[in-house]
Amino acid sequence: MTSILDSVAAIGRAVIGACRTTGALAVFAATGLSHIFRPPFYGRMFAAALLEIGYFSLPVVALTAIFTGMVLALQSYTGFARFSAEGAVANVVVLSVTRELGPVLAALMVSGRVGAAMAAEIGTMRVTDQIDALSTLSTDPMKYLVAPRLLAGIVAMPLLVVVADILGVLGGFIVSTLKLGFNPGNYLTKTLDFVQTMDVVSGLVKAAVFGFVIALMGCYQGYNSRGGAQGVGAATTSAVVAASILILAFDYVLTEMFFAR
Amino acid sequence: MSGVVPKIRLSGVCKAFGDKVVLDGIDLDVPARTSLVVIGGSGSGKSVLLKCILGLIEPDAGKIEIDGRDVLRMPREEQTRARAGIGMLFQNGALFDSLPVWENVAFGLLAQGKIARREARERAGEFLEQVGLAASVGDLSPAELSGGMQKRVALARAIAARPDILFFDEPTTGLDPIMGAVIDGLVVDCVKRLGSTAVAITHDMASARRIGDQAAMIHKGKIVWSGPAGRLMDSGNAMVDQFTHGRREGPIQMELRR
Repeated sequence: MTSILDSVAAIGRAVIGACRTTGALAVFAATGLSHIFRPPFYGRMFAAALLEIGYFSLPVVALTAIFTGMVLALQSYTGFARFSAEGAVANVVVLSVTRELGPVLAALMVSGRVGAAMAAEIGTMRVTDQIDALSTLSTDPMKYLVAPRLLAGIVAMPLLVVVADILGVLGGFIVSTLKLGFNPGNYLTKTLDFVQTMDVVSGLVKAAVFGFVIALMGCYQGYNSRGGAQGVGAATTSAVVAASILILAFDYVLTEMFFAR
Repeated sequence: MSGVVPKIRLSGVCKAFGDKVVLDGIDLDVPARTSLVVIGGSGSGKSVLLKCILGLIEPDAGKIEIDGRDVLRMPREEQTRARAGIGMLFQNGALFDSLPVWENVAFGLLAQGKIARREARERAGEFLEQVGLAASVGDLSPAELSGGMQKRVALARAIAARPDILFFDEPTTGLDPIMGAVIDGLVVDCVKRLGSTAVAITHDMASARRIGDQAAMIHKGKIVWSGPAGRLMDSGNAMVDQFTHGRREGPIQMELRR
């Protein structure tokens, strides 16, 4: 009987803990977002975060996109050959890249690179009293550290995904024309005729949401880290894992919103 | 309590983290333009006490008055304004490692939006000189400085906004005795020059006597003694005497497991 009660108590504690964390995260997100619209604004912090998330992530996102497009063309060609539908390669590549793979893979890569760095930086500031020091210098840490990063995430990710979309399609184009023998003109015409505005727009909206999620998890985990180097390490891991899972979950929700009939 | 309103008054301040009671009804007055040194063992609640006054930790009960006004019951914006007049020197300096030294020093001035960046750069140089550093140090990053230099930069940052109240959290920890004396001298100079009220917490008895006019000892979340800093070594209080002379035997029992 006691062991059953212990198990129920453990489940109860876990549920209460999850509710508490969700609530704290929601309050953190709402506070951070509200500071985006209320002065003072820290333009330098925003510019630095934009550079970090956007510009310095370009190589990793570009390589991911181009190889994804290349693999996609190759896989589609060999798979579709089973039912003589090789001609649909251009359509499959552009649709998959713009709607799904561009935003999701770019976000997962940026999450590993930037989310971890944000959590480590803010976490280190927390455990070395730098965040407390901000408060004593008439500066709200949420406004100074969190709001610019959230805004930069929302702005930078769609820009990265535009690049990822172009390079992903380019990867498919290179493999299709140089290896699979497609006519370059026909391939491009097919791609441009098939892709619709909504395909690209849905991908960019997803990117903005993913950018927010990455920055939010990096900031939240760093801001709440405790216990020195080990705490900062744990915050970094949690930021990447939580952001990656949330990206996939939000991907389903947004796809349902845009395309479910 | 006298009729004169103290600069800082704490009445019945309590704080617990879970089951652990850290502050257990602290009553403390700090008269204006006085330097108070708070001594006490590790984990006795000294840092929590400072953080409560600074608003970084919210006490569970009690009153914290600055200039006779209860800051805990003020609207949030007014609280922020009241606490803007407090400068703090953190134990490890807490310099922003992503910013150059000059921007660290001028951070408060820039945050208040009172001066332009060019002027802030010049003012930072002046403050660095006041703590015995060359203005050219302003171009370095905090990671390039020694521990003593970092403490001096942190002190320059704390005094840059000319605060009414200055807090010092273990100002000499981690420094050699000579550098510790240099920092203490600078602390005393800065407090005198600004006419500020100062509260310092420390384990270092030499530092406590150099900095403090008044002293108080905190043990298990309570103030167990207060008096002139000059009497720290012969206070007549068994706890203070044990602490200041570093004796193993006495009323303070360390919780050691053998």
